[in-house]
Amino acid sequence: MYEHDVIVVGAGGAGLRAAIAAQEEGADVAIVSKLHPVRSHTGAAEGGINAALRDGDSWEDHAYDTMKGSDYLGDAPAIETLCQDSPKETIQLEHWGMAFSRDDDGRVSQRPFGGLSFPRTTYAGAETGHQLLHTMYEQLVKRGIKVYDEWYVLNLAVSDEEVPEDRTCHGIVAYDIQSGEVSGFRARNGVILATGGPGQVYDHTTNAVANTGDGVAMAYRAGVPMEDMEFIQFHPTTLPSTGVLITEGVRGEGGILYNENGERLMFEYGYANNAGELASRDVVSRAELTEINAGRGIDDEYVHLDMRHLGEERIIDRLENIVHLSEDFEGVDPLEEPMPVKPGQHYAMGGVETDENGETCITGLYAAGECACASVHGSNRLGGNALPELIVFGRRAGAHAAGKDLGTAEITTGKRGEWEAGEVDTPVAPGAVRGTDEDAVADGGKAPDGGAVAATGDEIVTRAVDAENRRIDRLMTKEDGVQHAEIRSEVQKSMTRHVNVFREKDGLKQALRDLREARERYTDVYVNDPSRTYNTDLIQTIETRNILDLAEAITLGALARNEFRGAHWRKEHQERDDENWLKHTMLSWNDGSPELWYKPVILEGEEKTYEPKIRSY
Amino acid sequence: MSTQVPETQETEESEAETETESVPVAQQQRQQRKTERRERVAERERERTEEEAASDESRYHLKVFRYDPEVEGKQEPRFDEFHVPYHKGMTVLDALIYARDHFDSSLTFRHSCRQAICGSDAMFVNGSQRLCCKTQLSDLEQPVRVEPLPYQEVVKDLVVDMEHFYDQMEAVEPYFQTNDLPDGELEEQRQTRENREKVKMSTRCIWCGACMSSCNIAAGDNEYLGPAAINKAYRFAMDEREGSDMKEHRMRILEQEHGVWRCQTQFSCTEVCPKDIPLTAHIQELKREAVKNNLKFW
Repeated sequence: MYEHDVIVVGAGGAGLRAAIAAQEEGADVAIVSKLHPVRSHTGAAEGGINAALRDGDSWEDHAYDTMKGSDYLGDAPAIETLCQDSPKETIQLEHWGMAFSRDDDGRVSQRPFGGLSFPRTTYAGAETGHQLLHTMYEQLVKRGIKVYDEWYVLNLAVSDEEVPEDRTCHGIVAYDIQSGEVSGFRARNGVILATGGPGQVYDHTTNAVANTGDGVAMAYRAGVPMEDMEFIQFHPTTLPSTGVLITEGVRGEGGILYNENGERLMFEYGYANNAGELASRDVVSRAELTEINAGRGIDDEYVHLDMRHLGEERIIDRLENIVHLSEDFEGVDPLEEPMPVKPGQHYAMGGVETDENGETCITGLYAAGECACASVHGSNRLGGNALPELIVFGRRAGAHAAGKDLGTAEITTGKRGEWEAGEVDTPVAPGAVRGTDEDAVADGGKAPDGGAVAATGDEIVTRAVDAENRRIDRLMTKEDGVQHAEIRSEVQKSMTRHVNVFREKDGLKQALRDLREARERYTDVYVNDPSRTYNTDLIQTIETRNILDLAEAITLGALARNEFRGAHWRKEHQERDDENWLKHTMLSWNDGSPELWYKPVILEGEEKTYEPKIRSY
Repeated sequence: MSTQVPETQETEESEAETETESVPVAQQQRQQRKTERRERVAERERERTEEEAASDESRYHLKVFRYDPEVEGKQEPRFDEFHVPYHKGMTVLDALIYARDHFDSSLTFRHSCRQAICGSDAMFVNGSQRLCCKTQLSDLEQPVRVEPLPYQEVVKDLVVDMEHFYDQMEAVEPYFQTNDLPDGELEEQRQTRENREKVKMSTRCIWCGACMSSCNIAAGDNEYLGPAAINKAYRFAMDEREGSDMKEHRMRILEQEHGVWRCQTQFSCTEVCPKDIPLTAHIQELKREAVKNNLKFW
């Protein structure tokens, strides 16, 4: 067993920032990650980091834009924390040497972005995430922080009191991908989940293959509710054949969207009469698909994003990476012709329920970054708000886990505050398929066969290790059955078809039926590769289980929410319904039978209360 | 890929449509577009089925290196052949994924982002170091030979041990150092646009290891820092924000015996770099700096 004060799971932007912060507070910290840190998907972020740095801008304006963008489902304390901390954190990156694009006076450049009232998006060409990730990994090397890279975290080691709010997280169980060793990691102070997004739930996504929602699924099965899972962001500009992201920066710099008839669709059809291409992402994605569905798409599949008029010099200066991506992955030279683009899954607004300090309802368990939901983004995230989320909440979670006093959080977690039960009419029972030990291992380290309750942290970790060893043995010794790739691809197809930008009741119900079938097939899953050396077959089989849990949560939340808000568009409900739906969707695993409940949104900020208004761009 | 079609406000026209004249022009046009669209979709559907029918002919032939120290039958390195159905735009990575998911789930390789930024899937394809996700099958001679990066220890199949590469990277103090930060936490350091432009290419390294694996010198000298690490040092040495003292410190690291002077300007690193970093040029520039610093060289 390995032992540290703080253990961070995941080595993207949030994980690295959390580790640095924990170490600065004097903790012995280690990162455990299935990828080497520089391989993390933060590196693929392109657009930029929103920070109110200049005269004429203020954190209050940033907060207002973020709240409006969230369609009033963001919690004010989280949003205000983000906007207050972002300038300091952004400049901290600069002090660490990050190669930001510069203005003539040598200061960090900023550009306009969707849904922002001020050009406050700092950037490093169209490769901001790459620069951020490498800058932070450099700091990790400098500080000598221990990284267990290519260790796949299988589960959390959590005590098993009756209600989640009484439980404590004592560590994790991880699998060394290179050697096949399963080991416990005891965390004396806390575990921070920073595992990123669940893009692999869909088959047309900007996300990496590694983005399988592992952290969210593990926390969920340990008793932490998932929050607002139905809100999935579809980025309006991804390359049709691969899902590769074309940054919003293209439109920020002046790129234009055209339909088949060469019409500037955002204005021509009144989707956003003021902001046009720079409306927020949910609005632009729906506009594009509406055009395509009306027969005005090109090849009925995509629209055109044109930036030729910006001129080669400006494009190379600010968007060079996009030229390479478009040429390499779509065979289109954007200096010569418009780029084909269509909406693709990009970001999950929902995730592990946390407060503004990154803490979950389980003692000693934190989450930060895309896998967490505080909620900063509500039902729609603004472009340029994800990278600051990583560094702001990564730092807070890391510092808090290491013992720094950040003051009392205003957001309550778990069923500690006000909440109400939810109801949803499902065609099939969601949750665990009874009779598999898959679900029994995921309930907080319960003793097998009703044995004695584990007393100490070490015992709880040991017991979780035993449970994971049993799971791996079962998967590895099974001679025949279904392969994970088949199940995964069925889930991705169904989700992409039914739980996409446009959603309707029957489709959502069909998705639940498909997911049920996938869960049942998963009970027959087996690992074909007998090797203990670098067994990706095993890793992907376990990831697929996590994908299943997340896909179901997304669909359940979407079916239950009878309104149109932010990224969640329902055919049957074309209005935002503040009277009934100004609340967060919560989903608890409850030993395998998902329980739906709701908690109110907090619109009261430090100085003012945010009033829901009609949202137009 | 399926695109959802939410129904528009109007109801579908029934077969018994008689009053076309009274229908507004816009609606007629819409209707016409819808009809055309349906025809186009049907046409493409037909093409797709034809393609699938013809797919037997359009398969790509891959020869893939296999090795697993643990599994009997794979302990002796060998090549496996896969015939993968081809579609336009297919990359080597797509083909490997297809082979793994449809033919042999034990086929092992690293990959993650699919878009040439994570640096996981550098391999030896038809005799040169490439990122598989960025390499079009259509650019390659068949059979396409896929092997692990040369000069690295093979862990399994196409996965190599990257530890040595990481060690070399860490040997050059690969992090920003300055004694001269602004006082205010909201006050950035100034950097000219020209200076950022100078270091820009060097910051694009994704640590894929292609350059190191292509370098004859690195192959023969385990202590040679190698192109990636030297480029990383260049990125800081040339960054005006670090200051001259720090530059001198960095030059001392670089002009040691296994530093820049080992480079024989064969340009192989520059040729294979998937991010087009002028690695050889950067190394030469550092050599000039070293001479300028009046230091002896071996």
